[in-house]
Amino acid sequence: MTQISVRVDGVTYTDEVEPRTLLVHHLRERLGKVGTVVGCDTSNCGACTVHRDGEAVKSCTVLAVQADGSEVTTIEGIAQNGSLHPMQKAFHEMHGLQCGYCTPGMIMASIDLVADNPDPSEHEVREGIEGNLCRCTGYQNIVRAVQQAAAEMRGSTPDTLGAQA
Amino acid sequence: MTAVEDRPATAGPAKEVGQARRRKEDARLITGKTTWTDNLVLPGMLHLAVVRSPFAHAKILAVDVEAARSAPNVVAVLTGQDFKEEQGSIPCAWPVTPDMVNPGHPSVAVEEVNHVGEAVAVIVARSKAAAQDAVELVDVDYHPLPVVVDMERATGANPDLCHDHLDTNESFRWIFDAGEAGTGQNTDEAFAAADVVVRRRFVQQRLIPAFMEPRATVVQPQGDGYTMWSSTQVPHILRIMLAMITGVPEHKLRVIAPDVGGGFGGKLQVTPEEVLTLLVARKLGKPVKWTETRSESLMSAHHGRDQIQHIEIAADREGNVKGLKVHLLADMGAYLRLVSPGVPILGAFMFPGIYKFPAYRFDCQGVFTNKTPTDAYRGAGRPEATFAIERIMDELAVELDMDPLELRRKNWIGAQEFPFTTVAGLEYDSGDYDEATRQALELLGYDELRAEQQRRRETNDPVQLGIGFSTFTEMCGLAPSRVLGSHPYGAGGWEHASIRMLPTGKVEVVTGSTPHGQGHETAWSQLVADELGVPFEDVEVLHGDTAISARGLDTYGSRSLVVGGAAVVNAAQKVVAKARTVAAHLLEASEEDLQFEGGTFSVRGTPGTGVSIQELALATFAAHNFPEGVEPSLDADATFDPVNFSFPHGTHVCAMEVDTETGRVSIRKYACVDDVGKIVNPLIVEGQVHGGLAQGIAQALYEEAVYDADGNLTTGTFVDYLVPSAADLPHFDTANTVHEAPGNPIGAKGVGEAGCIASTPAVVNAALDAVRHLGVSDILMPLTPERVWRAIHQGGDGGDRATAGTNAYGGAQTETTTGVSTPESSLGGDR
Repeated sequence: MTQISVRVDGVTYTDEVEPRTLLVHHLRERLGKVGTVVGCDTSNCGACTVHRDGEAVKSCTVLAVQADGSEVTTIEGIAQNGSLHPMQKAFHEMHGLQCGYCTPGMIMASIDLVADNPDPSEHEVREGIEGNLCRCTGYQNIVRAVQQAAAEMRGSTPDTLGAQA
Repeated sequence: MTAVEDRPATAGPAKEVGQARRRKEDARLITGKTTWTDNLVLPGMLHLAVVRSPFAHAKILAVDVEAARSAPNVVAVLTGQDFKEEQGSIPCAWPVTPDMVNPGHPSVAVEEVNHVGEAVAVIVARSKAAAQDAVELVDVDYHPLPVVVDMERATGANPDLCHDHLDTNESFRWIFDAGEAGTGQNTDEAFAAADVVVRRRFVQQRLIPAFMEPRATVVQPQGDGYTMWSSTQVPHILRIMLAMITGVPEHKLRVIAPDVGGGFGGKLQVTPEEVLTLLVARKLGKPVKWTETRSESLMSAHHGRDQIQHIEIAADREGNVKGLKVHLLADMGAYLRLVSPGVPILGAFMFPGIYKFPAYRFDCQGVFTNKTPTDAYRGAGRPEATFAIERIMDELAVELDMDPLELRRKNWIGAQEFPFTTVAGLEYDSGDYDEATRQALELLGYDELRAEQQRRRETNDPVQLGIGFSTFTEMCGLAPSRVLGSHPYGAGGWEHASIRMLPTGKVEVVTGSTPHGQGHETAWSQLVADELGVPFEDVEVLHGDTAISARGLDTYGSRSLVVGGAAVVNAAQKVVAKARTVAAHLLEASEEDLQFEGGTFSVRGTPGTGVSIQELALATFAAHNFPEGVEPSLDADATFDPVNFSFPHGTHVCAMEVDTETGRVSIRKYACVDDVGKIVNPLIVEGQVHGGLAQGIAQALYEEAVYDADGNLTTGTFVDYLVPSAADLPHFDTANTVHEAPGNPIGAKGVGEAGCIASTPAVVNAALDAVRHLGVSDILMPLTPERVWRAIHQGGDGGDRATAGTNAYGGAQTETTTGVSTPESSLGGDR
């Protein structure tokens, strides 16, 4: 057992973990952060994507011990003061989800994508989220959602979403 | 529009039906406040892991569990010997013929394994990791038997046998002959008299539903009963079947489908793992959880498609079709699951498509092979049929030197001919194939793309362009119970709903149709808001728990809105009828003098009087001032059993670029116009079409479950089984025409499967249209660059997924994984 300390969604947790424990299992099984889910065992699907120190990572390919001292943000931690993150809002507005299982990872990956590229083209969005699989939507409305959220996050286009002040 | 006498029409609230309401479901899904089965933790809960067979066919000589049993934190290790008296067989609810052979399907193998991935033992431990660790400690002594993987060999002379105790690999032979059924002419005579006959052999490759949420089940024993949470599409069916299999009385079993992450038919099942989780919980008296890994899911959750189709079409020289013959080999895999044999039979009636064939014969053999069982996957039988007819229409057009669209137009049912009874005996309800096609061509920009295709041909451009069509229909709204009974399916096709008026005027809608991503909560709220005249926000939709939703037949076959939504509407109308009696009493008027508008009853011609249905709910709760002899309740139930299927249709057009130098295909443009009847929520309809297109295109271009000659699934992870990403799919241009279904009070036809059914042949036809002038007449799906290149440069259909001697060839790992080599597995040659 190894002691680690990870700050998750603004709360610091100190735990003893088996060195082989994956970050996603630590989040789900020890910390109760079940908003983040597991979709595969080969790091293909991206359902488990979270932010580690501000960058998107697939939490099934990070050991919990590697996250020691890190700041982790999950889908449960991106709404601020009761207001949805623009990306969450855009997925809702654009019908960018159906069953919703890929959604936490898809939203976390998309936030990271827009941080790197504030005004992505359709092609850039498609390439940018290709590490995250969705079986329901055919991706078209996810692409729309990411572009819509990017616009709101830039604050540069007319707000068609009734975004918060 | 009918004007209301004392109230301008414009004053009424806008109808909810038809609005692109954002989904109620999203609030929890976008914030991670979800209730997936795997999230559930119960006090003292134990964890299961399943030991699975690495052999496709073998006798089990011995199972040594001692090492596993003494591993840290392992509570029990249980095998087929432990459960053989109580596990029964996984049920098959669709015995398609009276003499259908069903080998029986144990949840955990007892004496023989029949496919790789079959359960042979179960580890029960205090943690998932401990259970998983102990899997490797179970030592099973297998005696390998010959493996059957090829349907044509399995049904040929002196085949090896999939099941040791059977004397055949054929489960059933099912024939529909329109001449004998009285719905058409004699097929042989029609063919004999025809000018032209075209014959093709098409392969529907094996697919995997690949829902994103891996399956999970939790069972909690409580007193003498059990509660099961499971990632299932069919909690009601599951409860009935589990009761029948395990002997747990139905009323002592509660099944809950909490948030379910996709299904696509893949969770329309009673799975061995669900049975085992219940049996272990019963044996140990403790709560138990099983959650699969993705690799387990791909190899042990049921697969779909997998047919070899022999199609013959007869026509005269002018292009009038004269007859259609279909002979199918349908791979059941090793066992019959819930509706395995019924899947090709669902397709049997759809091969004639939208065309006026005078003669039709369908002949299907269900075949056992040592592979994972097949069962429903989005479309279930209808994509296979649609592919065959839409591909062979193109082949006939080539043979007749006709434009493929002109040939279709010449033979399809005219808009004025509905209702139309087809040669398969189905009565198509409504539609306009001409109009959908006209709009789809416009959406695509057909004329410009045809011109560009011509230019590329003339300049010998290495990148050629093709355009492919699919003018399809499907049967939805499963299903009229009497029709199911005649086939003979084990259950009815009705759906149930109930509406509860709460004292504060809020409304609970209980539906038997269990969603897993389709947006029932939103669409049902829209239906009820309109019927009762209450705000959309005041409606709560409950589902997926047999203790709350007592009766239901769940979600599959594009049935939810068409059948389940109809039950909701009927229940709401009963609520209004009951409320009218109470309103008349309170307003001291006769019921005939009341009008109901915008949720309020008022006396006709007396403005200002009125009582809302939400106020009536409180008055009914109190029941102080109530009409004599009337029970104090506005609640109502309804069960809707459709009299006919509904028949969505549409025209899908794909423009495809094919790089003749690399074999790479890429969709240049995809346009479709679907008629799914009345649209309750255009946002949800569009989303369903998009998702269906993605899966249908994936069959054409990417996905295939590949087995090697020893029965090993060589596409057992998402590294090899290619679920497309956003970068692999094009933008879709979609639109709708609306011809309402006459068979239900909503007028909806069903949309869940449309895109998946229609798109596959459009894509393949487009690729072939691009390279047909180079001598290519077929390419096996999926159209990998390798296959496309080989078809162009070496002829034929591109061949199997990989050739002998390449790394991708299935036999590569065989010797090390199973220790058995067959002549086929050694074909890998020089590796």
